[in-house]
Amino acid sequence: MSALAAGQSHAAAGGRAHRLWRLVRRSPSAMLGGLVVLVIVAVAVLSLFWTPYGPLTVSTGHELLGPSFHHLLGTDEYGRDLLSRLMSGTDLTLLSSAGAVLIAGGIGIPAGLISASKGGVTSEVIMRGADLIYSFPALLAAITLVAVFGASTTTATVAIGIASIPSFARVTRSAALAVLATEYVLAARAYGRSPLAILRRHVLPNILPFIIVQASLLLSVTVLAVAALSYLGLGTPPPTATWGGMLENAQNYLYQDPLMAVWPGLAIAICVLGFNALGDGLRDLLDPTLRGRE
Amino acid sequence: MVRFAVRRLTTVLLTLWAASILVFTVLNILPGTPAQVILGTQATPASVRALTIKLGLNEPLVLQYLHWMQGLLTLHLGNSYISGQPIAPELGAALEVTAPLVVLGLLVGLLIAVPAGLVSAVHHRKASGAALAAATQVGIAIPNFVLGILLIIVVAVYLKWLPASGFTPWSSSVGGALQSLILPSVSLGLVEGAILARYVRTAVLGVLRADYLRTARAKGMRTGQALVRHGIRNAAVPVVTVLGLELSGLIIGAVVIEAVFTLPGVGSLLLSSVANRDLILVQDIVMLVATVVVLTNLLVDILYRVIDPRIGLRS
Repeated sequence: MSALAAGQSHAAAGGRAHRLWRLVRRSPSAMLGGLVVLVIVAVAVLSLFWTPYGPLTVSTGHELLGPSFHHLLGTDEYGRDLLSRLMSGTDLTLLSSAGAVLIAGGIGIPAGLISASKGGVTSEVIMRGADLIYSFPALLAAITLVAVFGASTTTATVAIGIASIPSFARVTRSAALAVLATEYVLAARAYGRSPLAILRRHVLPNILPFIIVQASLLLSVTVLAVAALSYLGLGTPPPTATWGGMLENAQNYLYQDPLMAVWPGLAIAICVLGFNALGDGLRDLLDPTLRGRE
Repeated sequence: MVRFAVRRLTTVLLTLWAASILVFTVLNILPGTPAQVILGTQATPASVRALTIKLGLNEPLVLQYLHWMQGLLTLHLGNSYISGQPIAPELGAALEVTAPLVVLGLLVGLLIAVPAGLVSAVHHRKASGAALAAATQVGIAIPNFVLGILLIIVVAVYLKWLPASGFTPWSSSVGGALQSLILPSVSLGLVEGAILARYVRTAVLGVLRADYLRTARAKGMRTGQALVRHGIRNAAVPVVTVLGLELSGLIIGAVVIEAVFTLPGVGSLLLSSVANRDLILVQDIVMLVATVVVLTNLLVDILYRVIDPRIGLRS
């Protein structure tokens, strides 16, 4: 009996995976984005254990080399291997951007839920607060915090995270409002479930798709902001390898070695493109009102 | 309409007031007086104390805030902590670079977005439309500072058509100043144009399928005619909303682009004052940028009620 039940649930899970695959296949954008993101995550994990050379290893006599068999992307002005630096910059970029999204979601999602379920003055205060933060674009907020606390990975991550709270709060709120207006929530209320239980059992699972889409889209924004900050010298300080920092440094050697600037630029663009395409594709798949419009 | 504008203006003023408190608090939260930072670790306690009094930093924070607000409202921005120079003229000179940069960037963006969006929507079943749509998707992923450096490599390093960086002041040569703004405004506008193009495309696609457009076609109008007569205003609403968002993107993007091309604008001033810990200058510039962003959003809000009177009735 239990074996039969297990077999059935297994089949159901297989069916679900199959359905998911059929859905994803309909959106080339989600497929492409998902693939790019997978590769980037794989590179980041790999770089924790192995890079061709040490990302900080200086090698005299090998400065500003072009791409070769020994140094696939060439070397910088200290003879450091560009591929190794690019790889080790990947996990810093991902960690910092994901950290910012976690901060934004950790505060923005509860705020949006509370605002939707409480209504009234509470809601008004929360949403006005979101408007207030919104008048400081992520980069401006980050520059302000750096002015006070100094440039570091943490300052950059926290600043970008805080500046991204409103976008999460708004998406959560509007999605939660739609769910709260449904009849099954009314039934749960009549049944005597507490507002908190309703939020957890009914609202959260139903708005999860919107949150995932928002997180993916937001990741493309935070990757960009992290790169911009380290380019401006306001993120992770050197000599740690960051994509933005490598780009800034390469700009001093544009006339000798222009390719040195191309690699980190390409890495940033591909990473942004990946998260953006994934988020866009997922949104088209998950949001029935948009389906078939484009 | 007037009542709406008044109510909206009140919200904006309240937002700006709250923003000023936020900025002031964040920038004055840190222990250690600015005077200590300015004079360095070698300074004697007496000289630190003298400078603190001279800068008015021994007053209670509330008073300092009120002084700052008074200065902002009367445009007497005071003197820089570091250079001792008055801030207002310095900021004015920086605006002479940043304002034209943002306007030119917006122009470039519109010149790309409107034709690209229109063509990719009208031809959405053809290869040309799909190719344009894909190109805008890629354009979005390229950050403006990366694009700026790529443009420097191609146009300045290889082709040697334009200078790689720097700025010729307006007073010495208007043509020269414009020339030094070409690459920065293209880098700034291209990405924003790509983002905007997608919204133009979606908006036009929506309009193309609307009943009133089919009616217009049935009356014997050509698609182009019908779009111009009935479509533009309808498609403009979402586009104007995004345009407002993009404008704040352009303003903050200018900060980075100025660093790429070493233009002496507001962004460069902000970054150098952060590097020098000239907190009063940081405070003023952050407030200026936030004000411009908030006012832009207000303008957009009012603008799309002008374009589409139905929105005004609904709220």
